Amino acid sequence: MIVIDTGNNIAALAAKMARPKVIAAYPITPQTKVVERIAEFVEKGELDTEYIHVESEHSAMTACIAASATGVRTFTATASHGLLLMHEMLHWAGLSRLPVVMVNVNRSIGPGWNIWSDLNDSLSQRDTGWIQFYASSNQEIFDNVIQAYKIAENEEIFLPAMVSYDGFILSHTSMPLDVPDQSKIDAFLPAFKPGWTLDVEHPITHGNIVSPKPYMDIRYSMEKAMKKAQKIIQEVGEEWGKKFGRPYGLVQEYRCDDADYVFVTMAALAAEAKVAVDNLRDKGEKAGLINLRTVRPFPYSQLKYDNMIVIDRDISPGLGGIIYHEMKKLNYTMYSFIAGIGGVDVSYKDIERMYQLAQDDKEGWYPLEVK
Amino acid sequence: MAIKDLPRDEYLLKGHAACPGCPITVALRIALKALGNKTILVIPACCSSVIQALYPKSGFNVPILNIAFEAAAAGASGVSAALKKLDKTDITPVVWAGDGGSYDIGIQALSGALERGTNFIYICYNNQMYSNTGIQRSGATPYGAWTTTTWTGKKEHQKELGEIVRAHHIPYVATATISYPEDLYAKVLKAKNMKGPRYIEIFAPCPPGWRFDMSKTIEMARLAVETGAWILYEEIDGQFAFTSYSKKILEGRDRKPIEEWLQLQGRFRHLTEDDMKKINSHLDEKWNQYKKS
Amino acid sequence: MKTAISLPTLGAMGKTGTWRVFRPIIDVEKCIKCWRCWIFCPDGVISRDDYPTIDLEYCKGCGICAHECPVDAIKMEREKK
Repeated sequence: MIVIDTGNNIAALAAKMARPKVIAAYPITPQTKVVERIAEFVEKGELDTEYIHVESEHSAMTACIAASATGVRTFTATASHGLLLMHEMLHWAGLSRLPVVMVNVNRSIGPGWNIWSDLNDSLSQRDTGWIQFYASSNQEIFDNVIQAYKIAENEEIFLPAMVSYDGFILSHTSMPLDVPDQSKIDAFLPAFKPGWTLDVEHPITHGNIVSPKPYMDIRYSMEKAMKKAQKIIQEVGEEWGKKFGRPYGLVQEYRCDDADYVFVTMAALAAEAKVAVDNLRDKGEKAGLINLRTVRPFPYSQLKYDNMIVIDRDISPGLGGIIYHEMKKLNYTMYSFIAGIGGVDVSYKDIERMYQLAQDDKEGWYPLEVK
Repeated sequence: MAIKDLPRDEYLLKGHAACPGCPITVALRIALKALGNKTILVIPACCSSVIQALYPKSGFNVPILNIAFEAAAAGASGVSAALKKLDKTDITPVVWAGDGGSYDIGIQALSGALERGTNFIYICYNNQMYSNTGIQRSGATPYGAWTTTTWTGKKEHQKELGEIVRAHHIPYVATATISYPEDLYAKVLKAKNMKGPRYIEIFAPCPPGWRFDMSKTIEMARLAVETGAWILYEEIDGQFAFTSYSKKILEGRDRKPIEEWLQLQGRFRHLTEDDMKKINSHLDEKWNQYKKS
Repeated sequence: MKTAISLPTLGAMGKTGTWRVFRPIIDVEKCIKCWRCWIFCPDGVISRDDYPTIDLEYCKGCGICAHECPVDAIKMEREKK
């Protein structure tokens, strides 16, 4: 069914259709509509879940971890400072191998208070053991949330998964999208089978003191699962494609085959870059685009083009664009642009301009300092 | 109920990692006798994280979710919600936390869980300091006590977490201690048979932290009650009453001089007469308040 | 999938009786079976047979049982090397 709705409402709808048994969430701009919508579903009896009105995001993530450890599917949603407050528990979920799923609405970090999109919130959580998806349309928000459950709960994976999307650009913008029937979602996403549970018949202790060697083994197991996730993400994306007509992988390639220069970016910027690629192609330039759907696991094997123009809406001070530097181990010519920080608008025209600058062997903070 | 009538069930296995003379394991043994095997413990960072011993073994024979320091009550909220959806409400989610994790870093999650009417029992074992990290001051440390972060004695009185909890108007609030095992057992059992948020605080004298001989753990708890330094009470649906020995004091029995309790502990060795006056007047004030109410 | 899952184990910290410096010795003639030693033992090593028996494999020798015994039926003796 085609619906027209905002990113936040779609995230809440996707969560509802995944049938989580426990949701714990705390409101924060620009995510607030998600928690409001879910409260509405629960209070109208449309969603059979325990909704825990926690007093902080730290408690939201903790409650999801504990509920997941008790054996049920969970969901939460946050943004920006809320995600940062969760930081400790993001690690806890990862090391506990609990497939908690959440959406994060990308928003800049204060001070000063800035509610506009910037990916520094989620990218600063990339070492916590969470699978990270990024959406560049409301359709992708929906599709990613459902697939995230199937991937996270895969018995070879058992890792938490986060779906991020840009504040306001997607969260508050209505777009048309296809929402499959609940019966088809149910057929795609089986009931949650936990990897371990707190069971009074078979008591276990989770998380007591672990000495160095077994601790390292646990970390190593997590790394193997994250690597394995590349294959599972691909498989689940293909299955989604067969069932719903929209196949997914680790990245989405657009007009890359004969491209001289390939943009590499993600989230809403990728949607803008797609327009820029079409315009450049119309002008005879051989431009292409790789839209990163996942950042963890990082899709190294899919980034195999020379002259990649990496656009980061994020910054690691003293290092540079986070995605650009993640890619630096690849042996290709690359150009780095830092753009759109703090929600500064980046239009397709700006991206076309970056294409020209890269051809002139220039890069940097666009438009502040390019050389 | 007499001591001999308490259940023989043990959920703490011999050979756990608690210090000799530890009050926490005395408290936990008695609490679990009341709670039984249909219990899930949520334990934040505290001495009890260590007492469980090392992976892949555990000295505890009930399911345990260890959780971050500030997060115990939120963890229990998650367990409680999941149990409800799984139709397993015969299982009790129980937080087992120290005073640091309850008075200080975990008070936000605790308050939130209480206010939400979470169906769980929160048990705080109060040894009046951060014992596990090596005897640092907490919000529960009393005035004058030496700790490794108050070398010349703490300058402030402890806060009354029980009173803060009571302000949440939950079904059950109680204090207890290990020297009155029947009282402790009865309170945990009473809590177990109720629903909603229930809070029990167990006073737990720590031999290495307080600087007394490990054989005197129980005596130290008993003296705390007899001198009025620790008060045993319970509040059921708003009905507040002193219990056990504290009730006798309230009804007129003499409180032993606080000095009898203080002088047995190395942490109070340096107290001056002025300090003693402050401690006594603080104690009198507290008792007078209770006598009036 | 590996995470920190531990199983309940007797002697999780080993034979903690080796920690002991003083050994509790019960004089059953004196014992009145009040079971205070049993309930106050932090290590749960005192079992309720006819008379209290102490599992010396795990007893850490804290001496609470001796200190709390109302009839002085338990004394603490230094362990011999």
